[in-house]
Amino acid sequence: MENVISVNGLVKSFGRTRALDGLDLEVRRGEVHGFLGPNGAGKSTAIRVLLGLLRADAGTTTLFGGDPWRDAVSLHRRLAYVPGDVTLWPNLTGGEVIDLLGRLRGGLDTKRRDELIERFELDPRKKGRTYSKGNRQKVALVAALASDAELLVLDEPTSGLDPLMESVFQACVNDERGAGRTVLLSSHILAEAEALCDQVSIIRAGRTVETGTLTELRHLTRTAIHAELAASPNGLGSLPGVHDLVVEGERVRFQVDNAELDTVLRALTTVGVRGLTSQPPTLEELFLRHYQKEEEVVR
Amino acid sequence: MTGTWHLFRLALRRDRVVLPLWTILLGLFPGLVASSFASLYPDPAELAKFAASMSNPSLTAVYGPIWAPNLGGLTAWRSSIVLLIVALATAFIVIRHTRAEEEQGRRELLGATVIGRQAGLVAGMLVALLASVVVGGLTALGTAAAGAGGTGSIALGLQYFLACLLFGAIAAVIAQITQGARTARWIAGAVLIGSFLLRMVGDAGGDLNSPLSWISPIGLLQRMRPFAGERWWVAAVVLLAVVVLSAVAYRLNAARDLDAGLIAPRPGPARAPRSLLSPLGLAWRLQRSTLFGWLIGYAVLGLFLGSATDAAVDAVKDSPDLADAIARIGSGASIGDMVIAAGMAIIGIGAAGQGIQAALRARGEESALRVEPLLAASVGRLRWAGGHLLFAFGGPALGLLVAGLFLGIGYGAGSGEGAGAIGRVVGAGAGQIPAVWFTVAIVVLLFGLLPQLTGLGWAVLAFFLLLGQLGAILQLSQWALDLSPFTHLPALPGGEVTATPLVWLVALAAVLTGAGLAGFRRRDIASGG
Repeated sequence: MENVISVNGLVKSFGRTRALDGLDLEVRRGEVHGFLGPNGAGKSTAIRVLLGLLRADAGTTTLFGGDPWRDAVSLHRRLAYVPGDVTLWPNLTGGEVIDLLGRLRGGLDTKRRDELIERFELDPRKKGRTYSKGNRQKVALVAALASDAELLVLDEPTSGLDPLMESVFQACVNDERGAGRTVLLSSHILAEAEALCDQVSIIRAGRTVETGTLTELRHLTRTAIHAELAASPNGLGSLPGVHDLVVEGERVRFQVDNAELDTVLRALTTVGVRGLTSQPPTLEELFLRHYQKEEEVVR
Repeated sequence: MTGTWHLFRLALRRDRVVLPLWTILLGLFPGLVASSFASLYPDPAELAKFAASMSNPSLTAVYGPIWAPNLGGLTAWRSSIVLLIVALATAFIVIRHTRAEEEQGRRELLGATVIGRQAGLVAGMLVALLASVVVGGLTALGTAAAGAGGTGSIALGLQYFLACLLFGAIAAVIAQITQGARTARWIAGAVLIGSFLLRMVGDAGGDLNSPLSWISPIGLLQRMRPFAGERWWVAAVVLLAVVVLSAVAYRLNAARDLDAGLIAPRPGPARAPRSLLSPLGLAWRLQRSTLFGWLIGYAVLGLFLGSATDAAVDAVKDSPDLADAIARIGSGASIGDMVIAAGMAIIGIGAAGQGIQAALRARGEESALRVEPLLAASVGRLRWAGGHLLFAFGGPALGLLVAGLFLGIGYGAGSGEGAGAIGRVVGAGAGQIPAVWFTVAIVVLLFGLLPQLTGLGWAVLAFFLLLGQLGAILQLSQWALDLSPFTHLPALPGGEVTATPLVWLVALAAVLTGAGLAGFRRRDIASGG
């Protein structure tokens, strides 16, 4: 499949701070790609380079096969963008901003626009300065989603939305996927990425630390097990792949490397299992493990 | 008012460079002017002769009357432009620490901590008070040190102190009424310009007790008459006005919600009109009300000044001494033309301010991250910048022509010259355009190459204004005066026009603008934080 975005070894510094330090990112046509990382990891900077707003110091960046800096104007006809920090003109109404942005990127489906305004429960007649953060974000989202762009670049689009609106947003993104559009979704809300993304890239300190499907990434991690056993277990802690073991009489809880799951479960059943819950690793845990790795390196 | 002290210290921390810089530099100005006069005219008789030669209507219109032909009197008269600058600067400081903070949402962040509702306003006023004390104190010390006399120096210092404080208090009230800091600054500027114009028109007529001058805050302050039988009661009146205005601001602030103004926003259209849907259409929407404000200002000023010119001419006819003195300056221009030319020179500076304001709007849009979604849509950088630059260059050009038109109408009607005057005065307005464009082009250059310093455009304009108004008195050499593009303009109407400097100014403006735009195409767009 063809790449809509491909970024290789991207470097961008602001004065002495290195915001991007060899970032790699590949987004294939038709996928919803989660671009994950903690605050300040460089997600927005990378997106701004992709949009030709910032100039890369080193590395290669291509967007639809073109150069995002040189061909900015023509490439932007094919994408729609929702900034992480939506600021509106204080004396323009939300409706005016939606029409303006839609027109400037080359057209807007007015029927879809009205549909989306209704779906997001947005009042388009209010002036920009009177909108709350969430409503400003809705304005930008409606403008982007009502376009016919091939690629949607969404920079933390739900950080101001309430849970109800967030589910509306998720439904919209699923519609877009169905329509064959490509979505780059930056987020630090992992549940959102888990719900929406086909593929994720995790970045930290300006560098890509992990990339793949969620299933692939989970495979690399651990499952949390809570079990109630027939008797107190022996030697569980010495099995390979078992971590953070806590034994309280006949109850145990621990984490296990997925690669060793089979061996460990056998060991449990030999003791006798009365109750068992297992939780798949969440992205939080993925994240935390990368933090820990980093800290170990620092130490 | 809990937390006022913290906010005050925060404000001083934020202004730690700019505040000392302008208060000290401008506070030293009157002293410098005084010592310069003292070395130019060491003999009081010569000083008096000089004063007599300066008492013509065109200079009185610009600077106000010379209340006493002594060192102090001349200093107070000649430095009156500085009085306007410090008043405006203090007004901006108050807005910066009140409404601007609130609009940016930073007040909200602080408001949730243990900080009282009035703390922001009071802290802003305290900064203004501090600035006023520094400016007033340095003015008094400087002029006294130059030998202008103690009592008068104290009165002059008090005048500067009160000018700062009064406009600080006016700004505090405005900041409560408007919802945006930009509008607040704009209104504060308009109040200052308005009070200057009232005084200008009042004094140009030759009647030193014109009610127009008395009701103008600037005219009122000048009627304290430092060095010429000080009227201390005027200071008391101004102080009372400061107290009343501060109390009004305090009450308004207590009564309103955070972020709200007194004027409630109305809902607007749900759909954008076709005219908005382009970068130029957006620029027009963002800039039009400011442009209309300026155009109305030019028209009103033009009419007033134009009709007052005739009274000035009459005043000179009645006084043979004055007519003699003017003949000795000897540019050959008629007295009416001289008044108009002096007025037009000031309007030219105003027009440059208009252009800078429009150019800074582009940077303001960028800093507020509002450019990002436009450039992320299919809009080229030059196309976006071009929309705003049209207003930065075209706006003041149009304004100068409008000013010329109405000045010409007023002048022509009063003097009986009729329509012939209009053409000449519109030409005089057009004559200012090259210097205005050059000044605006410097801002465009900064915008493209050193965007963080774009705001220095105002400092550049203040520098040109001070060079033009005070350079000769400070005995600066010609090359220093030549730094200001306004030095190179012919005095129109009445003066002689040579094309070379005008062509050079326009060409340089084009080069600077081109370099600025080339830089803008190459640089990163501001990404906040």
